[in-house]
Amino acid sequence: MATISEQNNGSRRGELGPAASMMMQHYRQQLRTRRIYTAISIGIFLVVLFYSLQFANDANAGKFFERLPYFFDFIRSFVPDSPMEIFRAMFDLPSPYADGSLKYNYTADRHYITDTLYIPNFIYQLVITINIALVSTIIGSALAFLLCFFASTNLVGAGITRFVVRRIMEVLRAFPEIVIAGLLTAILSIGPIAAIIAITVHTIGALGKLFFEVVENSDMKPDEGLRAAGASWVERVRFAIVPQVLPNFVSYTLLRAEINVRASTIIGAVGGGGIGEVFRLAIGRDHAAKTYAIIILLLVSIIIIDQFSAWLRRRLIGQQSFEFGRGAA
Amino acid sequence: MTSSVPTINASDRERLREAHPEVFHRSIMKRYGLLVGSGIVTLYLVICFFAFNVGPAFMNGQWDRASLYIQDWYSWRAQPRLRFEDNGTVKAQWSSRGQYAQGADIFWLKPTETGGYTVTYGSDADRLDVTTSRVDVYLNGTAYPVTISEDAATAPADAPAAIRQDGNKVLVNYGYEGQAEIRTSQVYVQRRFLGWANFLFDTKSDFWGKSWGQLAALATIGERLDPARSNIGHMVDDFLGNNVWQHADILSKLLQTLVMAFVGTLLGTLFAFPLAFIAARNITRSRAANWGMKRLFDFLRSVDMLIWALFFTRSFGPGPIPGIAAIFFTDAGALGKVYAEAVENVDDKQREGVKSVGAPPVIVNRFGVVPQVLPVFISQSLYFWESNTRSATVIGAVGAGGIGLKLLEAMGTNADWDKVAYMVLLILLVVFLFDAISNAIRSRLIGGPTH
Repeated sequence: MATISEQNNGSRRGELGPAASMMMQHYRQQLRTRRIYTAISIGIFLVVLFYSLQFANDANAGKFFERLPYFFDFIRSFVPDSPMEIFRAMFDLPSPYADGSLKYNYTADRHYITDTLYIPNFIYQLVITINIALVSTIIGSALAFLLCFFASTNLVGAGITRFVVRRIMEVLRAFPEIVIAGLLTAILSIGPIAAIIAITVHTIGALGKLFFEVVENSDMKPDEGLRAAGASWVERVRFAIVPQVLPNFVSYTLLRAEINVRASTIIGAVGGGGIGEVFRLAIGRDHAAKTYAIIILLLVSIIIIDQFSAWLRRRLIGQQSFEFGRGAA
Repeated sequence: MTSSVPTINASDRERLREAHPEVFHRSIMKRYGLLVGSGIVTLYLVICFFAFNVGPAFMNGQWDRASLYIQDWYSWRAQPRLRFEDNGTVKAQWSSRGQYAQGADIFWLKPTETGGYTVTYGSDADRLDVTTSRVDVYLNGTAYPVTISEDAATAPADAPAAIRQDGNKVLVNYGYEGQAEIRTSQVYVQRRFLGWANFLFDTKSDFWGKSWGQLAALATIGERLDPARSNIGHMVDDFLGNNVWQHADILSKLLQTLVMAFVGTLLGTLFAFPLAFIAARNITRSRAANWGMKRLFDFLRSVDMLIWALFFTRSFGPGPIPGIAAIFFTDAGALGKVYAEAVENVDDKQREGVKSVGAPPVIVNRFGVVPQVLPVFISQSLYFWESNTRSATVIGAVGAGGIGLKLLEAMGTNADWDKVAYMVLLILLVVFLFDAISNAIRSRLIGGPTH
């Protein structure tokens, strides 16, 4: 900047005509205003961040800097007796350290199918969790599919219908999942159904929003063609809109399935059953081998699911990135 | 109408078949794919229906309790016990959670001159006249005397279904208005009212039981109830210190949740920002660095938020710090991946332009890349902030504290559903507010309306 101002005020000033120097002045003024605004917003940001961190630290049971040394202690002490223990915990094999305590009772949790064939407990719980996610994705996306056409401007003329459907979706999306899960747990007793319904409700809201946005962006020419041929509303939706939007719908649904696997682990930890609950118990009781076994299982299964769904999405709609859809999560 | 449909002759048909083979000769996959697919999905759902025991669970569900819990969301119950004293009078007893102050004048619970009590359920036609020897139950104006002896309360033989003999006690059901349980030594009264009891002030407050008009008058022109502070300050203190509703506690827990989401997302953004440039193939020309950074993002992203949350709760104790850490670690991975993709898709011309005037690499990125990707970065971070405001609630319930844990505690008692409703309303309000804010910022950044 220094060189420009020197040029401007110095000996070579004559090269810049009056109009140009005015523009230069204007530019510099704008630059200055902009810099001041940037500085002010960064300042406000830092102040908010500082007080937020202080508030968080004060509200926490353990203070950050007091606990930090112990944090590494925790990691250091939290190692299984031998690496093989993780493997044994994962597949419910008998442990050489077995002393009758819960920590090493791997074999007790086996789920026997026949007398000799069994499913290891963690894998069984993982299957439950994944199935919870799948069932709620299927039901939720089906209901969102039915709802979304009533929320899109290009298909529904009545503003009131659109308004009501959209507000319903918003409430379903924002309603805390744990409250639905908690209420249903109180009524239906503990089990996966509460988790399924809680995640389904959220899925309807989240997918419904993404779906109706896709519908609104669809090409209306096929619709006009069908309308000209005298097709009813349902026929127009079925033959003009659905074929266009289906690939995107499926892609969003797959993305949602990924998110729901994570959601069902978390809801599980709050009382919905499945791997989340087992994990919470394992880490809470300091069972290192079991904890690591579950972490590895979860990591592997989530990576597999993500990769599979990414591959499927790429096949469906090409290289378009749909990470952007996470906003409605 | 059929006359207007053009008829197709054989040669036309042949021509159309030739011209549009994709319509008339579809592959088996295309023809039956949808049918087979929906068949498989239906079969899967049926299997899950039985595997998860959905039928029995719904049949054994306590649906009577469900309606009670749902009613508790928007109404409250007063539950006095009318004890029969030895001297022939009736005494009203309230539990510690009673909604009325000592000696308050209650319009539906009046002492009679004979030492008994009259409990009205909505109107005078539906009421209980309680004395120690007998309870007159009025249903729609008709009296049904319930006699009380040493070892049983007995309903009259002609009593309708709303009055039910259950062993040695009598149950009276007034529907929504409430119910009563007449025993040999006392009457349990349950009376239901719309709304939330003592939402503003608890019974210990000086402002309890005052109408809106009275409160407004006190706040503006009234005498100071406590000479040391103004009435408005006094009101705020009493409101926040409300023992039943715990406003101060709930609001601070809500703030904790918001702080978790805000700080977690912000730190994740700050962390992912520089690393995304290392992960981007077109910026950092080292395959090893790109690969390592991308795998780091994948790892952070794939470890469940729950794992991070529980892990940090174990080391830092419950509170916002584990919540912040959990959101930070997952978001650093997810944002890093999205950012890196955005950086890889930038227009190279601007970078070349800055490079051609001899700028060092930092300046090239600052003026050649950042202006292009910044709107995308910020809008992505805002999306994550919105979504994290919601997930912070759930993370809190796992042990990270905040409103989630408070919700879980309130639901655990099965008696505080009104408080649950209050917190849900607060959460919905905050989520909608933040959605609106982030939408406003996003549309200003990107231009044009977004949803």
